[in-house]
Amino acid sequence: MATMSRTRLIAWRVVQAVPVLIGIVIVSFLLTRALPGDPAAYFAGPAANAESIQQIRVSMGLDRPLPLQFISYVQDLFRGDLGTAISTGQPVIHELTTRLPASLELTGFALLFSMIIALPLGILAATRPNTWVDHLCRAVVTAGVSLPTFFTGLALIYVFYYLLGWAPSPMGRLDFLYLSPPKVTGFYVIDALIDRDLETAWGALSQLLLPAITLGLFTLAPIARMTRAAMLQTLESEFIRTARAAGLPRRKVLFTYALRNAILPVITTLGMVFSFALGANVLVEQVFSWPGIGSYAVEALVVSDYASVQGFVLTMALLFVALNLLIDVIYTLVDPRLNTQE
Amino acid sequence: MAIPLLDIRDLTVEFATRNGTVTAVKKVDISINKGETLGIVGESGSGKSVTSYALLRILDRAGRIADGSIVFGGVDVGGADERTMSELRGREMSMIFQNPRAALNPIRAVGRQIEDVMIQHGLATRGNARGKAIKMLQAVRIRDPEQRYHAYPFELSGGMCQRIVIAIALACRPQLLIADEPTTGLDVTTQKAVMDLIVELAAERQMATLLITHDLGLAACYCDRIVVMEKGEIVESAAVETLFASPQHPYTQRLMRATPRLDSQVADLLPADDERRASTKRQPIGPPLLEVDSLVKAFGSAANEVRAVDNLSFTLHEGESLGLVGESGCGKSTTSAMIMRLLDPTSGALTFAGSDIAVISAKQFAHHPLRSKLQMVFQDPTDSLNPRWSARRSIEDPMRRLDQLNRQELNTRVSVLAERVGLPAHLLDRFPHQLSGGQKARVGIARAIALEPKLLILDEPTAALDVSVQAVVLNLLASLREQLNMSYLFISHDLNVVRLLCDRVMVMQAGKIVEEGPTEKLLSEPSHAYTRALLNAIPHPPAQASSIHSSSAHPPVTAL
Repeated sequence: MATMSRTRLIAWRVVQAVPVLIGIVIVSFLLTRALPGDPAAYFAGPAANAESIQQIRVSMGLDRPLPLQFISYVQDLFRGDLGTAISTGQPVIHELTTRLPASLELTGFALLFSMIIALPLGILAATRPNTWVDHLCRAVVTAGVSLPTFFTGLALIYVFYYLLGWAPSPMGRLDFLYLSPPKVTGFYVIDALIDRDLETAWGALSQLLLPAITLGLFTLAPIARMTRAAMLQTLESEFIRTARAAGLPRRKVLFTYALRNAILPVITTLGMVFSFALGANVLVEQVFSWPGIGSYAVEALVVSDYASVQGFVLTMALLFVALNLLIDVIYTLVDPRLNTQE
Repeated sequence: MAIPLLDIRDLTVEFATRNGTVTAVKKVDISINKGETLGIVGESGSGKSVTSYALLRILDRAGRIADGSIVFGGVDVGGADERTMSELRGREMSMIFQNPRAALNPIRAVGRQIEDVMIQHGLATRGNARGKAIKMLQAVRIRDPEQRYHAYPFELSGGMCQRIVIAIALACRPQLLIADEPTTGLDVTTQKAVMDLIVELAAERQMATLLITHDLGLAACYCDRIVVMEKGEIVESAAVETLFASPQHPYTQRLMRATPRLDSQVADLLPADDERRASTKRQPIGPPLLEVDSLVKAFGSAANEVRAVDNLSFTLHEGESLGLVGESGCGKSTTSAMIMRLLDPTSGALTFAGSDIAVISAKQFAHHPLRSKLQMVFQDPTDSLNPRWSARRSIEDPMRRLDQLNRQELNTRVSVLAERVGLPAHLLDRFPHQLSGGQKARVGIARAIALEPKLLILDEPTAALDVSVQAVVLNLLASLREQLNMSYLFISHDLNVVRLLCDRVMVMQAGKIVEEGPTEKLLSEPSHAYTRALLNAIPHPPAQASSIHSSSAHPPVTAL
């Protein structure tokens, strides 16, 4: 019975995402139209006169009234056509599908890295308040939020590439010595592993390591802080006292009783950090010449590339919605109390 | 004499705080024999709970056993390592707590929580734990144990949750059960059911019980011996009969006096020379002040309607004090919210001071001229005060909103009110967290009487207070009624307290009034079965030593 209502609850959450998506399509369309600058003028180039600009405007459909433009935009969307990027002449959908996995791979590894460090650090700090672990946690958190990513990135490159020579040159996802692995997921490390090409996998991983750590150091702070706070609060709960009074071992009290209750706010933070990092890793991408979606969006914005910007906003919004949906689902799986809510 | 099961000598517990070390328990000696039930009685801050935490060595990080020895079944608990303690806890001595719902892991099925303990102490394996957990649920008289095994605490009532906590505590058949305020916050009938269950299981297993409570009546009903604690020290220790027949220590005497008995008057709760004693003069009853006619509040959809208040009618006269008694969920709080016009009734009429206020929507009533004549005192003195407002700011709030007074007049009024409720003037600029429970209750009362209301709704005003503070607050309320000629609607689950303050009592069950009548008559000759059940369930300190244990001889209530 419980699983039945759980499935229904999840299905309901999915349905709720539909109006959000419609809203996103409308807003992303209107926002890009509100951008300053004239794409026709940019496309026509500096030598163009008013007449040729007008000609281009007509050919791009920008002379038509907004509602009509919107309708053809939605029609194109349904065909999977996001338009053509002005600057590169490539279809936007193609650009996005090659660049998005690069960003996702970077952000995903960064988050994995920060979780591996932040969760144990937060738990240890909460169980031993005011000891050296707690102070270490505080120092790491403070350093993590106060060091800008471009600085950490450059510092890491200086030490590990320039001084020590351990890391490969910070030039994109794969050294030119390697061929990119056949595309399955778009994540080079995973694709290379699927292809059983360990050498390429290692090459991709070593390229990934420094930017992922750079971003990870930044995302580590909120996760560690939230883990510590949530654990501290849970450990003071009365049911922890009951568990201790019942003679349950420390490990069981800590993980089965405390952590499972404390993990809910941590999951929320993870979701927020992930979506935030995905949009905000432009600086890291620039420093490491990472061909991600962030740098693509910035370039498109500069030249008022409607199609690209719309494509970017739509993709990010879809990701956000998917991510929130995922978090909601995890929530309902972890917390039985949510099942009864209407 | 046999070696006691538990022997505590010179126990001293200290807490490290920002303001230095605080000694919570000072040189306490307690011993319990096998199968014996010992009560530790004391008010908040007496160190009774800390003693029990020290016994299980589950003190907070800041607390430590500074001195003394605890020997349990030959094991030196004070010096035992953490491993030995883990084996003792839950298996040899276990504990049940106040606020049972919070004492359970909110996101783990209750059956699993029972299993955890049994598996930990080797009484079950992963294979047979489930069957044994269901047996345990049966033992604590949970209906449909197979289904309840999968339930989460939020799906169960408070009484059911306490049964689960008892099941966890008794799963491994410990020799000592520590019950820390096990029934505080539960309804009286549930309290009786839970206590009877504990007593029965303890007898069946020849288990010693340590009952920690603030309620002398409860301790008298269920304990063999009682230890009275005040400010971390034991002031008196005696067998129940001796203690109630001739209490030696002044604190014990004060505590006994403050505990309402079947025959006590409100003034009896305070010593004869206490100037705060209320006069017992009855007020003249005037014309009707509040008339409630066929009041209904329904929740839910039309198909699935639940009537929280079902066709309620009564009249409250000027100068009268009317009690509304019932257990949680009976609709008494919904009734008070509708009279206060915080909630719109589904149907029915409310005539207050001659005008129908049911037709005014809850939103508009906040600005209605009659609003000032209708005030409320809330159950939780802490939660009902704005934590960022000083006592003065809280008291003057209604006058700022509904009266036009300048600063000077406001200050004078607040001083008069503070004096009236017995709040020292220098406390007026303190914030709620700097005040004691009794002082916060006074602030709440001062705020309620600031606009000289005609009707005061008292929603369990003393439920969160210690008995000695309750005695003072009840006397204050009785005096204020006479001085200001107010009418009271006194809402409570505690018939004993209602009796002290009310001329007339209504008993409410499932949204309906099942019995109504003058207080003395209703209590001495209750006609409805539910009223009798309520009266029966109240644990009384014995009027004479001979009647001790009479109330524990009632057959256990197993429903609920």
